[in-house]
Amino acid sequence: MTTTDHSVPTPAPLRHLMRLLVGSCALLPALAIAGWDELNMPVGVTDLSADVHGLHMRIFYVCCAIGAAVFGVMIVSMFLHRKSRGVKPATFHESTKVEIVWTVVPLLILVAMAVPAAKVLIKMEDFSDSEMSIKVTGYQWRWHYDYLDEGIAFYSALDAEQNLARQRGADDALEQFGDTYLREVDNELVVPTGVKIRFLNTAADVIHSWWVPDLALKKDAIPGFINENWATINEPGVYNGKCAELCGRDHGFMPIVVRAVTPEEFQVWADEKRAETLAAIETQHDPRDLPTLLAQGESVYGANCSTCHQAEGQGIPGMFPAIAGSDIATGDIDAHVAMVLHGVDGTPMNAWSGALTDAEIAAVVTYQRNAFGNDTGDSVQPLDVRAARSTALNAATEFDMGVTQ
Amino acid sequence: MSSTGANAYYVPHAARWPIVGSIGLFVFFWGFANWLNDRPLGKETFFLGAIVLVVMMFGWFGDVIRESESGTYNNQVDTSFRMCMMWFIFSEVMFFAAFFGALFYARTFSGPWIGGDGGGGAPVTNELLYQGFSYVWPTNGPSSLGGDFQQMGWFGLPLINTLLLLTSGVTCTIAHHAIQHGDRKKMVRWLGATVALGFIFVGLQAYEYYHAYHGLNLKMSSGIYGSTFFMLTGFHGFHVTMGAIMLLVVMLRGMKSHFTAKNHFAFEAAAWYWHFVDVVWLGLFIFVYLL
Amino acid sequence: MTTDSSHDGVVHHAPGEHHDHDHDHHGPAYGLMRWITTTNHKDIGSLYLWFSLIMFFIGGAMALVIRAELFQPGIQIVDPMFFNSMTTMHALVMIFGVVMPAFVGLANWMIPMMIGAPDMALPRLNNWSFWIMPFAFAILLSTLFMDSGGPAGGWTLYPPLSLQMGDSFAFVIFAIHFMGISSVMGSINIVATIFNMRAPGVTFMKMPMFVWTWLITAYLLIATIPVLAGAVTMLLTDRYFGTSFFSAAGGGDPVMFQHIFWFFGHPEVYILILPAFGIISSIIPTFARKPLFGYDSMVYATASIAFLSFIVWAHHMFTTGMPLAGSLFFMMSTMLISVPTGVKVFNWVATMWRGAMTFETPMLFAIGFVIMFTIGGLSGLMLAITPADIQYHDTYFVVAHFHYVLVPGAIYSIMAATYYWIPKWTGNMYDETLGKWHFWISTVFVNVLFFPMHFVGLAGMNRRIPDYSLQFADWNMVASIGAFGFGFSQLLFVWIVIKCVRGGKQATDEVWEGARGLEWTVPSPAPYHTFETAPDITKYAVR
Ligand code: HEA
Ligand code: HEA
Ligand code: HEC
Ligand code: CUA
Ligand SMILES: [Cu+2]
Repeated sequence: MTTTDHSVPTPAPLRHLMRLLVGSCALLPALAIAGWDELNMPVGVTDLSADVHGLHMRIFYVCCAIGAAVFGVMIVSMFLHRKSRGVKPATFHESTKVEIVWTVVPLLILVAMAVPAAKVLIKMEDFSDSEMSIKVTGYQWRWHYDYLDEGIAFYSALDAEQNLARQRGADDALEQFGDTYLREVDNELVVPTGVKIRFLNTAADVIHSWWVPDLALKKDAIPGFINENWATINEPGVYNGKCAELCGRDHGFMPIVVRAVTPEEFQVWADEKRAETLAAIETQHDPRDLPTLLAQGESVYGANCSTCHQAEGQGIPGMFPAIAGSDIATGDIDAHVAMVLHGVDGTPMNAWSGALTDAEIAAVVTYQRNAFGNDTGDSVQPLDVRAARSTALNAATEFDMGVTQ
Repeated sequence: MSSTGANAYYVPHAARWPIVGSIGLFVFFWGFANWLNDRPLGKETFFLGAIVLVVMMFGWFGDVIRESESGTYNNQVDTSFRMCMMWFIFSEVMFFAAFFGALFYARTFSGPWIGGDGGGGAPVTNELLYQGFSYVWPTNGPSSLGGDFQQMGWFGLPLINTLLLLTSGVTCTIAHHAIQHGDRKKMVRWLGATVALGFIFVGLQAYEYYHAYHGLNLKMSSGIYGSTFFMLTGFHGFHVTMGAIMLLVVMLRGMKSHFTAKNHFAFEAAAWYWHFVDVVWLGLFIFVYLL
Repeated sequence: MTTDSSHDGVVHHAPGEHHDHDHDHHGPAYGLMRWITTTNHKDIGSLYLWFSLIMFFIGGAMALVIRAELFQPGIQIVDPMFFNSMTTMHALVMIFGVVMPAFVGLANWMIPMMIGAPDMALPRLNNWSFWIMPFAFAILLSTLFMDSGGPAGGWTLYPPLSLQMGDSFAFVIFAIHFMGISSVMGSINIVATIFNMRAPGVTFMKMPMFVWTWLITAYLLIATIPVLAGAVTMLLTDRYFGTSFFSAAGGGDPVMFQHIFWFFGHPEVYILILPAFGIISSIIPTFARKPLFGYDSMVYATASIAFLSFIVWAHHMFTTGMPLAGSLFFMMSTMLISVPTGVKVFNWVATMWRGAMTFETPMLFAIGFVIMFTIGGLSGLMLAITPADIQYHDTYFVVAHFHYVLVPGAIYSIMAATYYWIPKWTGNMYDETLGKWHFWISTVFVNVLFFPMHFVGLAGMNRRIPDYSLQFADWNMVASIGAFGFGFSQLLFVWIVIKCVRGGKQATDEVWEGARGLEWTVPSPAPYHTFETAPDITKYAVR
């Protein structure tokens, strides 16, 4: 553990600190000033999220009232019934009557809380009549969205620039991102407003959890299982969320951005997206020269592999093997491609066949074989990868472009 | 010893075996973990630890037996031992409960869910992830892990084993009655029968496993069925082995004229353990084999 | 705050009024072997307590690594992987290495004295229960130095993530088995002691609350630790022996692990609080100079909490996609636990009511406990409300909840117990002024540390992350300042304890003016062997 230079310039640190200290000493008043809303659960933009928020406030006030009553009695007692005031202790030590009271009254309070809670819960679990289904798959560490009816599918990961800035030792100022730090993605999930959308959560590797507070949605994405969830968004806007279940090293860096637009806008977007994907499919197997492959490979590596194999390909001894000088990355090309396609069972090295296109795999393999001093001079073409997919002993899953052609 | 009064609660001093036991367990676990990770000397360390543990048990129980035979323990100490054994067995019950729980959960929740049966996301799980897979117990899952296999039937070996264990329960009780009447010879004889039945059970189970692997293609890795089958019966088999060894030790002690009609806690402890193993087997027979 | 000596609760007897009852031929041996081979419940109690204190600093140092990294947004100090293993290890060390051993240590010291027993029922086993702990933690902590790093999947060890751990995986699993053996043996010993070793006349309904709460805790341990052992065994075989308990491909289910884990895990959190309830129920009557209000209902409430704790586990899993009926059931059963817990809180308040209170350090910690535990309990109640919990789950709101019940809850009770009984253990009074300083500094900082977490949690900061968006920066900085303040003020505690062990004002036998119970009838320090013959309990108040 070495303390590297703080990458974040602390703005006027002293003033900052003072404000905080004063704030924390007088927490409650400070809250009123700081604006309660920023520190509370958002009301959100669906009927359900408003219900949940209402429920939250209601139970919060009940708890405050109970706390105030209990602590109030304690404080009064501590003031009145202290030896220094010369009181003689009473000797009573039971009373069936009050004990029944303080068993029954809390019970009644609980019932008063449970009934509205059950109502909201029942509403939440009503999955009928959804008009649109999106399959959400968690990967280490990004999301895959599959619009089951529209035939669109894509990955969504932390914005590349932020991904660089958040690395340890990077000295970018985080302030440049302002409120969006760790909240922006490369591909937003675009959805229409006013439509009951069914989300189908699952995962490819470990458990993730798809959480968007403004939609009051949080449901685990469990490998091998699909969980349902739904939302009808009332207002257009951009809603942020995060992966909420510990999913490994970069769990903190799996943001979600939902952009809700009107149904008309959504249609336009969907058509564009589909056309874009089709174009990419058409050209995906075109041959590329080495510099192009290397350039693409570097970015694929940075986005997908460097979290484990590290930026300089040095790996983390004992956990993630180095790519630099690796027998596989300097040896047989086919073995290298197969390794990336299939991964290694029972290790964090996942099969990438479903997550990367032929072109991306070609690029990243080429990159690994030429970077970090692995100067093999080899290059791999997308067509080679396609060939490898079909010849591989247990054929790798096709990369799912999501477009039904 | 300080506890002068004949009836005082015996508090041992300067216990040397526990630290040996701790070191033994440490070496044992350390070795096992290294072994599993294919690190050098893992296996050797593991066995070294096991040996230390065996030595510890001999030493520790040896001390206790000597103290017991020399009349150091009063009735209250005896009660402590009884409670200790009772709650130890209860903790073992809970250990098995975890595995039975896994079996029930897999059969009633996760299996049907994958098969598309149930509320929530079950139908869509089956539709999108496991198209065409329908759930029937026993299963090795949608990926057919370990390949096609056959279920282990209840008739035949398992039934024979059930009868063996039930019989051993009876022989054990006869032995108990014998020692309660002070008939040590009879006790040893019936205990011998019990131990023999126990070891035959273990032998038959080993054969059953052999048959499962080579005849039925049923392995640990045969999905959830293989997992629950082998873990439940395996841990049970291990407990039978331990129980049989305990009974064997009691029998040998009986041959050395230990135990009287009144004082035979070691016998009872082993017998309780044996009955516990017996009851677990009945659970296994019903839930793993029959249903 | 200094004590006005005419009002403090200390009974001033002339020192040395009692003759040393230790006419035993075998007082403590000397040197290292004394501690390694001891079968004396007081020695073993001390060993547990020292062990726990050391572990508190290790686990706390890990927490400080977490808080240092979270001081500012961005990643400054540790790799995210190491951060995750700090989170994981911090929790494992604090729960299994600090709170549980401290409670067992207190049980060892106090239970035999409270029920008039010569020692624990099975002294040799008792020795083993303790001497397992250092070895188990040696294994656990050693994983931090392995190439693969320590466990980084959270203390809950959810598969499939936990199966991705490097070589350290097997070591962690075995360390848990190892500690489990210790806990189960320790609990069996306590059960046997309480059932079998009570002095004649100490009936069940005369036992001090601490004994009762421990009896029930011991049952929770015996019933749940083996389940944890089973769960981690399944992890082990999934990883190394090809089973597929937790993999859908083979017909298993990762969520199944969560069910089994929380079947252990939820009773476990009551294991971490019931003995605390017992301690508080001993301290408050003493300093209120008034018998505990509602003893019977306290006993029944404790038993109800323990019973209910077995049927609420899935409240940790509301987002895993449970059927509606399941969610409703677990929501309501969880809410129900508030009722018996409320009974306890109300009984404590009623005990204080119209007493004649003084506020020595143990009482301060006890009152701090009642207030801050209640805050944590009420946020727990909010978490129980399923639709709301779906939003709270895995955010810092949960972190705030459980730290309120664990730090100013369980940890405070342990501190309170130490101040309360240390005069009996050492024969010396601790430094009251320093004790009060310790309380006030800790209490200010612990709230600065954990209170803001409620808000960042509600505002959307999830747990187990090494870096966060800039919106959360302010309150994280506050929390980190609180953490360092709280952490370093615990050095004061260590100093007070050491000072007290080495000397100080001679304590009387009764120590506290309002104290009742057998432990106050023996000399201070308590002789190496107490009650070799059963005390005549008609002469004393047992509770
Ligand atoms: C000492 C430990 C301890 C204790 C005592 C408790 C006590 C309670 N806990 Fe907590 N809990 C934890 C430790 C503890 N918890 C931990 C460690 C976790 C996180 C684990 C992890 O994920 O890592 C957790 C998580 C946790 C969750 C899961 C949150 C999530 O992950 O989404 C829930 C949900 O229901 C919950 C609920 C409760 C409830 C209802 C109580 C109740 O027992 C509280 C009862 C007390 C009161 C209610 C206050 C006093 C009562 C009154 C003054 C009477 C008046 C009251 C009424 C009228 C109702 N806890
Ligand atoms: C009894 C249990 C217990 C206790 C006492 C504590 C005590 C503390 N805990 Fe923790 N904590 C948990 C149980 C506990 N915790 C659990 C169960 C989790 C969940 C883990 C998971 O998600 O898997 C958790 C998680 C957790 C998190 C969330 C991590 C995350 O989600 O990423 C944080 C963050 O602030 C935190 C902080 C602290 C702090 C600051 C303290 C302070 O009270 C600590 C006080 C500090 C000291 C006592 C340090 C003293 C040290 C020095 C003065 C330095 C000198 C050093 C030496 C001499 C060696 N804890
Ligand atoms: C979650 C962590 C992780 C990620 C992300 C990851 N790998 Fe790996 N990788 C591993 C692990 C672990 C191994 C070692 C597997 C084994 O035990 O053989 C490995 C092994 C390899 C090897 C073989 C190295 C050798 O010498 O053994 C290659 C090549 C490789 N990975 C390429 C990639 C590529 C290309 C990507 C990105 C597209 C990638 N990895 C992403 C974890 C990861
Ligand atoms: Cu994905 Cu956390
Ligand atoms: Cu719980």
